[in-house]
Amino acid sequence: MKKVRIANGAGYAGDRLDAGEILIRNGNIDYLTFECLAERTIGLCQRDKMHDPNLGYSRLSEERLRRTLGPAKEYGVKIISNLGAANPAAAIKLIQRICDEQGIQGLKLAAVIGDNVFDHVADYYDYDVLEFPGKLGDIRDKLISGNAYCGAEGIVEALKNGADVVITGRVADPALALAPLRYEFGWTLEKNPHQFGQGILAGHLLECGPQSTGGTYADPPYKKALDLAHMGFPIVEFEESGDFIITKPKGTGGEVTPDTVKEQLLYEIHDPTAYMTPDAIADFSHATLKQVGQDQVLVVGATSHGRPEKLKVNLCYKDSFTCEGGVTYGGSSSLQRAQIAGEMVKERIKIMGIDADEVRVDYIGFNSLYKDKISRMICGENMVFPEIRLRVAIRVKDYAAAVKFRDEFDSLYGSGPFACGGVTMAISEIINVCSVFVDRSIINVEVKYWEA
Amino acid sequence: MKLREIAHSRGGDKGDISNLSLIPYNEADYEKLKEKVTAELVKDHFSELCHGNVTRYEVPGICALNFVLDKALGGGVLKSLAQDKHGKTYSAALLEMDIDW
Repeated sequence: MKKVRIANGAGYAGDRLDAGEILIRNGNIDYLTFECLAERTIGLCQRDKMHDPNLGYSRLSEERLRRTLGPAKEYGVKIISNLGAANPAAAIKLIQRICDEQGIQGLKLAAVIGDNVFDHVADYYDYDVLEFPGKLGDIRDKLISGNAYCGAEGIVEALKNGADVVITGRVADPALALAPLRYEFGWTLEKNPHQFGQGILAGHLLECGPQSTGGTYADPPYKKALDLAHMGFPIVEFEESGDFIITKPKGTGGEVTPDTVKEQLLYEIHDPTAYMTPDAIADFSHATLKQVGQDQVLVVGATSHGRPEKLKVNLCYKDSFTCEGGVTYGGSSSLQRAQIAGEMVKERIKIMGIDADEVRVDYIGFNSLYKDKISRMICGENMVFPEIRLRVAIRVKDYAAAVKFRDEFDSLYGSGPFACGGVTMAISEIINVCSVFVDRSIINVEVKYWEA
Repeated sequence: MKLREIAHSRGGDKGDISNLSLIPYNEADYEKLKEKVTAELVKDHFSELCHGNVTRYEVPGICALNFVLDKALGGGVLKSLAQDKHGKTYSAALLEMDIDW
């Protein structure tokens, strides 16, 4: 019986660089995906592209591809990735250069484009924005990128035409796995709604890399930490029925159990009966899991109900600047002294005339994550800390104001309370994301081909 | 008893919305967990962190609950001034809830 094995070697742009090669060599896989695009990644990559037309793909792509293109050719594994980000064609050039340097020949390369709608973003100025009241045109001067979440169709077309490496910009994360399944089994949404649901669930379980195989999981004594330094990344093995097993390469760390898979199944899910993707609206509510071997979990029962009429377009825009300062106090009265310093910094922001839209004061070690109520509940009566780090973060409109706060925070050593160390300051530009929904007919997905 | 003794959780983010799964280690505890951990209790527990509604979804196939907390991530993960912008640590806070089991 035909089986298709798909693995994911990256759950985000900065994920472990050695995972892909291990999957190719030890995973007995047919397809390797890399999921490299968080929501704002394209905005940052679009800026890289504006500075240099040869850039605009996701960071670490070069190192990731240098480690995997040769082994993929050797083992006949096809690579599918959204690492193209704002510039899939530039990523193809990068692949050609790596192939030249490493003597790899005979690969067909494909770029899926059409998601990038920034050239005609003005067409959407009248559209309502999901995240805030108002129209997209209200922030027209701040916009830096616009990309539609596309489905699997461009990747399917590339695979039908014999591509060995498929590079995309923005596609829905689960499409990276659904596409090879559609290609291999010939599924259509009309005839195979159940298989689409299973394929989207598999894509969802794969998309965050080791988050389904024991990553972000360990919590002794309840959940063991199992050789996290050699964490195995996930593999799914599909049958034509749509049933699949999720597993990981032999000899790697982590574990695959119903509990590790359940955590990822609900990760970033709202209504489990309606997980929206461009390919279908998936329903995970009656999916079930069963351990069928060591590090093997059988997944059945997901389905889908039609597909959304509109596609989501994700737009990145320049929002604000933030600056944060930190300093650590020591000794049994450290919290009290950090609080004196925190109040002092707030007063200094006013004295120095720093126009802050938002100020946040945290006491790391006590309440920086949960504020007071939950933190006190966890501490109980014990409110003595050997050390506390004061953290003050502010939001300002421009870089100059951020610098002003940074310089002010630096002066805290001299005038603040007793016994502190480790002052640090950091300024960040905030690139935010908003979205509008557009008709499918507006988005024209195209596939282009090259040889390596 | 603290929830962490019988269940585990993972926190996810979408914009200003946090979702927290609640998964009993023993599937036989699912029905009782449904009775004991309501959306109202979770909203009260997170009253300083979540400034919107809390919706609870039941996920019978895997015997788990999914709590969706609106306006809980400081204006959104990309914008938040918080140290933990994604609210991944909220899952541990959920498990600190005391329940009468």
